[in-house]
Amino acid sequence: MNNHIVKSYDIEFSELDRMTAEMGGHAEKLLADAFAALESRDPRLAEATVAGDRIIDELEAQLQERAVYMIAKRQPMANDLRHIMTVLKIAGDLERAGDLAKNIAKRALAVSNESHPKTLMNGLRHMAELAQRQLKDILDAFSSRDDKKALAVWRGDAGLDALYNSVFRELLTYMMEDPRNIGLCTHLLFAAKNIERIGDHTTNIAENIHYLVTGEILADDRPKSDDTSTLMPKSRTGLNG
Amino acid sequence: MDMSVAFDVNTALANGALVTPAGPPPKISAQGVNVHYGEKHALKDVCVNIAPRAVTSFIGPSGCGKSTFLRCINRMNDTVATCRVTGSILIDGEDIYDPAIDPVELRSRVGMVFQKPNPFPKSIYENVAYGPRIHALAANKGELDAIVERSLRKASLWEEVKDRLNESGTGLSGGQQQRLCIARTIAIDPEIILMDEPCSALDPIATARIEMLIEELRQAYTIVIVTHSMQQAARVSQRTAFFHLGTLVEEGETQAIFTRPSDQRTQDYITGRIG
Repeated sequence: MNNHIVKSYDIEFSELDRMTAEMGGHAEKLLADAFAALESRDPRLAEATVAGDRIIDELEAQLQERAVYMIAKRQPMANDLRHIMTVLKIAGDLERAGDLAKNIAKRALAVSNESHPKTLMNGLRHMAELAQRQLKDILDAFSSRDDKKALAVWRGDAGLDALYNSVFRELLTYMMEDPRNIGLCTHLLFAAKNIERIGDHTTNIAENIHYLVTGEILADDRPKSDDTSTLMPKSRTGLNG
Repeated sequence: MDMSVAFDVNTALANGALVTPAGPPPKISAQGVNVHYGEKHALKDVCVNIAPRAVTSFIGPSGCGKSTFLRCINRMNDTVATCRVTGSILIDGEDIYDPAIDPVELRSRVGMVFQKPNPFPKSIYENVAYGPRIHALAANKGELDAIVERSLRKASLWEEVKDRLNESGTGLSGGQQQRLCIARTIAIDPEIILMDEPCSALDPIATARIEMLIEELRQAYTIVIVTHSMQQAARVSQRTAFFHLGTLVEEGETQAIFTRPSDQRTQDYITGRIG
């Protein structure tokens, strides 16, 4: 990463890494706040979270500008080129993760007046905690260029998918039990889907770290465990009474 | 008995000896080439195959041996009294250091373009006509005219000079002079063109013209280019060889060398970490 003959080149790289880490930190916090706002039905925290996404967008724009200028100025090769390309893609994934967290916060605002049973949040809380841990681990893997750790996060996404499947079924059950739950449960379902998508962006980052460290593109298909897109409720009796 | 045969094959496979790369046989094949300038061991045990009708770049820091090796391919080093070349260099399977080989004839098959454009202090026409004339490639003035025009066209210079063929070649711009030198090289219809930093004295526009020309020429010629510009090597060549301290460190597909080189020394050099 360092030891270029031209020292300012090293400084530019560490600046890119610093900005990436900063974006990652904001994305982590946004997800934590969005979920806290949803769980505690806190409209002020939700609003602050929605507003906070702007910082990530601005950081991404700055990072992109710097990276493009570095390519023009330094004409990077080999691991330097992979470094810049990787950082650009990671920034894109973090920006998307921020958007998804913001969307959760918006839904938190929408349902802030509705009372919901605590048990309904258990599955979602597990998802949010796991997604945060995955996000934190992948940012650590990036800063330490730890391919092993990145691959562990990559594989760990299956756990998030499994949680999402069970939350999906659980929310479906509530909706079938009482149509008055549908409004709230739909928002929670989207929130769960957003968390699951954040997990997917985390695995993208893992794939990019693998490429950065090894120069090889991760060829294996990650086992996909989210089967909700092909799932239908077994019976309509719950809705028809 | 069977066991020993199997063992030998496996050993050979492990050493890569039996793995023949896909595609046509190499145009140039160097095996165990060593070059000494007096006491100095300038090139150490270089083994490399160079593909036909493709561009191969030689890169590496100054003094790494890349130009020395380039000059072995048309025996330009013969002119250096203290230089001693051992090992073998085959062109189309024929050893060019065989005593039966005439170096002058060899150099008509292996043309060379130098760092600094060096047209003869003669007219543009004469610069191109000189080689075909001494090699008796034209039977009459009409044929010679045709060779001059064809060569200047191939070198993308014809349109710029066709109305002033009798003016001095040294009066052209640097980029035009270099294209004139390329026209002079291809006028005797070589098989291989060696280029020793052909663009280092040229501005970006003239460089782009030469690079476009190299792309066209590789349809018909085997081209080996020594360059200090990584970007140029990445742009013009299909294969790249990295030399360091007299050894050939790594040779491979240009795309692989510049995105994921396998040797740390290559990576350090192309990313600006060693000079």
